Amino acid sequence: MKNPYLPYPVRIDKIITETEDKNLRTFKLVFLNPRDEERFSYIPGQFAELSVAGKGEIPIGIASSPTEKGFVTFTVNKVGLVTTHLHNMKEGDIMGLRGPLGNWYPWDDMQGKNVVIIGGGFAFTTLRSSIVYMLHPDNRPKFKDIQVVYGARGPGMLLYKEELTEWEKRDDIQMHITVDATDDPDWKYNVGFVPTITEQKITSADDAMALVCGPPIMIRFTQPVLEKLGFPPERIILSLEMRMKCGIGICGRCNIGDQYVCKDGPVFSLAQLKQMPPEY
Amino acid sequence: MITKVFSKENWITVLEGLKEDFKVFVPVKEGDFHNFRLLENDRKPSFDFQNTRLSPKSIVFPQSERMFEYALDSSQEDAHILKEAPKDFSPQLIAGIRPCDAFAFQLVGVNFDNPQYQDSLWVQRMASTTLLGFGCNAPCTSCFCTSVGSGPFSEKGLDALMVDLGDRFLLKGVTAKGEALLEKMGLGEDADDGTVKRALDLAEGAEKGMSSNVSTDQLKEKDVNALFNAPFWEKVSFSCINCGTCTYLCPTCWCFDIQDEVFGKQGDRIRNWDACMFPLFTLHGSGHNPRDEKFQRVRQRFMHKLKYYVDKYDNGVACVGCGRCVQFCPVNIDIREVAELMNGY
Repeated sequence: MKNPYLPYPVRIDKIITETEDKNLRTFKLVFLNPRDEERFSYIPGQFAELSVAGKGEIPIGIASSPTEKGFVTFTVNKVGLVTTHLHNMKEGDIMGLRGPLGNWYPWDDMQGKNVVIIGGGFAFTTLRSSIVYMLHPDNRPKFKDIQVVYGARGPGMLLYKEELTEWEKRDDIQMHITVDATDDPDWKYNVGFVPTITEQKITSADDAMALVCGPPIMIRFTQPVLEKLGFPPERIILSLEMRMKCGIGICGRCNIGDQYVCKDGPVFSLAQLKQMPPEY
Repeated sequence: MITKVFSKENWITVLEGLKEDFKVFVPVKEGDFHNFRLLENDRKPSFDFQNTRLSPKSIVFPQSERMFEYALDSSQEDAHILKEAPKDFSPQLIAGIRPCDAFAFQLVGVNFDNPQYQDSLWVQRMASTTLLGFGCNAPCTSCFCTSVGSGPFSEKGLDALMVDLGDRFLLKGVTAKGEALLEKMGLGEDADDGTVKRALDLAEGAEKGMSSNVSTDQLKEKDVNALFNAPFWEKVSFSCINCGTCTYLCPTCWCFDIQDEVFGKQGDRIRNWDACMFPLFTLHGSGHNPRDEKFQRVRQRFMHKLKYYVDKYDNGVACVGCGRCVQFCPVNIDIREVAELMNGY
């Protein structure tokens, strides 16, 4: 019988230091057994458990898109035991990957609609996955306008800078990059908090869905902006974080009411969250 | 349906004989109380108890269990790759489990074995386990099994039921697994009508003797957020010392942690029981904790058993009324009172 807690063995193919404080690194993982890559078939918005033998597991959103073949990437913030160890690992090291886990952004409902993506700080990972997925030539016709508001504390704290620059140049996606503050005279994008920039740049909720991912404070202040724009709670989609172990709704710790964030989430609409106890 | 009657001496002989086919777990007297232990060496089964101090949940779901093992010596080809640790899924018998504790396996089963995910350890161990229940002739004063869908002689979740007739034990098959068990027993006679009648009378007497009634009938209809925001949680949790005894004793508490342990160049991934009473249970890496306050954790435990589980599985409450948490809570928090508060809110 298949053991759902057994990770697939993977090799760290590449490590990219994303931010100037070096606390965020992207790990590009390659499956040791090619068949495992087929089994690890995911949809943007899902997460996985990164497993380090001798240290443990951590739940991390998948930053790559299923349209990118041959690898899976994760951007990891250094905060605890496993992440600190992971940050000290090197290319070529062997680790484990368990998943994909959880639900995903509501791609069926988003088809034929305008998409507004709002991200803050290092929570941009599954949003990056979503953007790459939507921009793929096979998928781009399925969506109308794509707008992205993405902010970080400063220019050096933005993730995926090269891609951001590339997306800026495209005409099939509108980028609104912002930083809380900067003294860089050459900074050519926005300055201001994500909710403020959202209010300035996003002008309509017509036929649109909003995907929001960021620190709790950003979510709290962005929510009224979106509501004012006319987004009903059903069309505001959030991805939650919670301490997790099993990742498959069995170990009992990540519940909000009767919903397990790991299995029934991590993606919930604001309408769903309003029905749940506010314990997250 | 097979029924068999054993003299009390013969019964012990029968249990010894079953060791050929099963790991046999029996109630054993340890100091002032009973617990389930593997029948081996000179251990003596003792069926003279109200209920065991701990439910036998650890026989199916061990308190600590090795899931995987791995080598950390990078010169080894398979270093850092997790492999299944050896596990024992050979047939086992829990002889003398009270109906409440057996019913608990059924309630917990919907968590471990659901349409989307099957916990392979639970599923395989449950499949290899035969549950021989033991009717409660004299339920404890803290029990309330009849209020939560079980009963002192309930057959829910049991493979066979055993009744203490005073001088003899009557056994009755419930499932095919239980009938197979009875067929393996060498000794014993068929029960006559009078003996069966006596067992039924005992069951009736035990049900009538239940002293606690708890209302749970309105829980499903209640609004979850209304209950969550109810004013009584601070008061309910005021005396709680977060010791976790309730979760440790509870036959339906299933939460667990997964941890790695390293010994030199070898390591294991282990799963251990965990408890929602501890602040670490939900502490995020960022330092944020959605259940930082004691009242939030106490609320979580009761809401999980009496509301979230009810809503999620439509399978009644996640409590079998064994009364252990009532009996052993050091500050006398009583789930019966909390259920009444919630049901009546």
